[in-house]
Amino acid sequence: MAAAALPGTRGHARPSPRRPVGIVPTAVLVLGAIYTLFPVSWVVVAATKSKAELFSTSTFAPGTGLLSNLADLFAYRDGVFWLWLLNTALYAGGGAVLSTAVSTISGYALAKYSFPGRNLIFNLLIGGILVPSVVLAIPQYLLFSKAGLADTYWSVLLPQILHPYSIYLARIYAQAAIPASLLEAGRLDGAGEWRLFRRVALPLLTPGMVTIFLFQFVAIWNNFLLPFIMLGDDHKFPLTVGLYTLLAAGANQPSLYNLIITGTMLSLIPLIALFLTMQRYWRTDLSGGAVKS
Amino acid sequence: MRVNRLAVAAAAILTATLATACSGGSEEPSVPAASQSAAPAGPVNLTYWTWVPNMDKIVAVWNQAHPDIQVTVSKQAGGDDAAAKFLTAAKAGNPPDLVQAEYQMLPSFVAADAVADLKAETAQVKGEFSEGVWGLVTLGTDAVYAVPQDSGPMMLYYRKDLFEKYGIAVPKTWDEYAEAARTVHKKDPKVFLGTFSSKDPGWFAGLSQQAGAQWWSISGDAWKVAVNDEATKKVASYWGGLVKEGVIDGMPYFTPEWNKALNDGKLLTWPSAVWGPGVLSANAPKGKDKWAVAPLPQWNAGENYSGFWGGSSTAVAAKSPSKAAAAQFATWLNTDPEALGLLIKEGAIYPASAKGAALMTEAPGYFSSQPDFWQQAASIGATARGFTFGPNVNVTYNAYKDAFDKAVAATSDFAAAVQTMQDATVADMQKSGFTLAQ
Repeated sequence: MAAAALPGTRGHARPSPRRPVGIVPTAVLVLGAIYTLFPVSWVVVAATKSKAELFSTSTFAPGTGLLSNLADLFAYRDGVFWLWLLNTALYAGGGAVLSTAVSTISGYALAKYSFPGRNLIFNLLIGGILVPSVVLAIPQYLLFSKAGLADTYWSVLLPQILHPYSIYLARIYAQAAIPASLLEAGRLDGAGEWRLFRRVALPLLTPGMVTIFLFQFVAIWNNFLLPFIMLGDDHKFPLTVGLYTLLAAGANQPSLYNLIITGTMLSLIPLIALFLTMQRYWRTDLSGGAVKS
Repeated sequence: MRVNRLAVAAAAILTATLATACSGGSEEPSVPAASQSAAPAGPVNLTYWTWVPNMDKIVAVWNQAHPDIQVTVSKQAGGDDAAAKFLTAAKAGNPPDLVQAEYQMLPSFVAADAVADLKAETAQVKGEFSEGVWGLVTLGTDAVYAVPQDSGPMMLYYRKDLFEKYGIAVPKTWDEYAEAARTVHKKDPKVFLGTFSSKDPGWFAGLSQQAGAQWWSISGDAWKVAVNDEATKKVASYWGGLVKEGVIDGMPYFTPEWNKALNDGKLLTWPSAVWGPGVLSANAPKGKDKWAVAPLPQWNAGENYSGFWGGSSTAVAAKSPSKAAAAQFATWLNTDPEALGLLIKEGAIYPASAKGAALMTEAPGYFSSQPDFWQQAASIGATARGFTFGPNVNVTYNAYKDAFDKAVAATSDFAAAVQTMQDATVADMQKSGFTLAQ
């Protein structure tokens, strides 16, 4: 998509004296687009193939089995796919919203208030970015088991709410987007701190929040290890873990490849829809950044 | 305006999340509480981790007949990951009451004290299983750690039509198999008689069992590890030689390219287990009615041995508060004629119990040209010999994948790869504090 937008910009009436320079980034972006879109297009094509066609027809030849694949997937264990989709939406939507709320308020506090220990907290957070969440999954499982929360919705939601990188992002964004003088003016007018945050800071922070929300939403949507370890009850599984049970069906059962591929394709659709609808906030974000730097 | 709308949406999602999460959370503690206090009154609730397809339908039959013992199925991803997940859950103190345990993983459950001894509860059903299968759940001790569910005696699947086309007979010995591999490959360099899979240690273990290997054994308090025994080295060198010669392919099983080769008739045999028809019919639908089964080729003419690949049992967690009820369900599931019938029909498994195997009469649809499929399978199954698995099979199996991956790619000495497996296994057992006999 990015690649398609670039030639469009160049096509404008604005004369561009440095035309050759533009080719390199365009080529890089085109390569990047091919690199990312190629597997996606494979998934889309493969989802149309029936079981018999999947491994026998040529890779990019569309098949005839899309409808029967969909029907089989929706009929699989009385439509458990929809439950998994709903669970994923809950984990990703709820987790991203909570995470955005926590990150924004912490980032704002770290950026705009000076209090003892501020740098210590911030440095700890930076350290937190360096610890991959994969490493934490098993200790988190043991902790949640102690607390009696393993195998609950909370066990997947809670660990993903505190996300150091998002807090870091929120702090950087708040520092740049909210002029200290604006807060000062608000204080002089008698606004309380909470009111300042709600009325002055929050509107300015929105583009940054959308960025954090999208980051977290995609990260949780695609997360596999945490729910895999935390959840035992297959009715709480998100799509990633649910589809995996179709793949690793045990040595003596065939993997249900065509259902997995169809399920994967369907699970992409909400993500694409989200990005398309959130795009205008992205744009505000990009232009906002451009003016400031 | 925009911000407000966004805020409203956010608040709505937030409320929904909290509400759901809360209800999920408050529901959860009540379940264990109920099962703990259930002994005197009210039904016992059991959770069961398994990956057998349609197990929920089979369990529904039990639940209807036993209102006092209600089982909830939680379908898991199968294989090694399931074992790791169960061990973690057991360590954390919240395992399911019942768990599907592959035979090779059972010793690691026992070593971690994660499964209960069912000796008393299973005394009555012992006679239902062959000695070879029963040994897999006792590990050669006096205890009984699980009830056998399905088993995987190995046999040779081959393409009848293509055997005729290339003019080869069904090999009776591994020497004949090697000769046939050379013949086929000479006639069509794109076609192979078979392939050596570096991704399927269970398959290699089965072939080694056939040759008489004993990878682990227990003498007194000490483990004896002999992954590098003569039988195993013989099997490894045999396949290594054929791969080096280029007459046996080196692509792993269960991969898309393997599926394609089966579909295109580029692979003529598959030494596999009794559950093969399910895999073949799903992955190579084009081969319907073209495959047949025969006993595995033998190492010495006139011998009659097979090994096991796969198979699993039903174990009860040591920490389950209702072990007796769980054991009652596990025995029903794997020995009751009604349950066995359902396991065959709904779960598509080959039951380990003799009664269950006798229920298999109609050949699988994929093999409709071989009406005596199950009779063949039963007579081959009687010749299968297994061995005791050790407490760290996962380490041995991972070493197999690494070492043989490299050996296949470099067509180097396969016996050296076996030595790598032995060294990795011994090193891990020493590190974990097991006593090893020299």
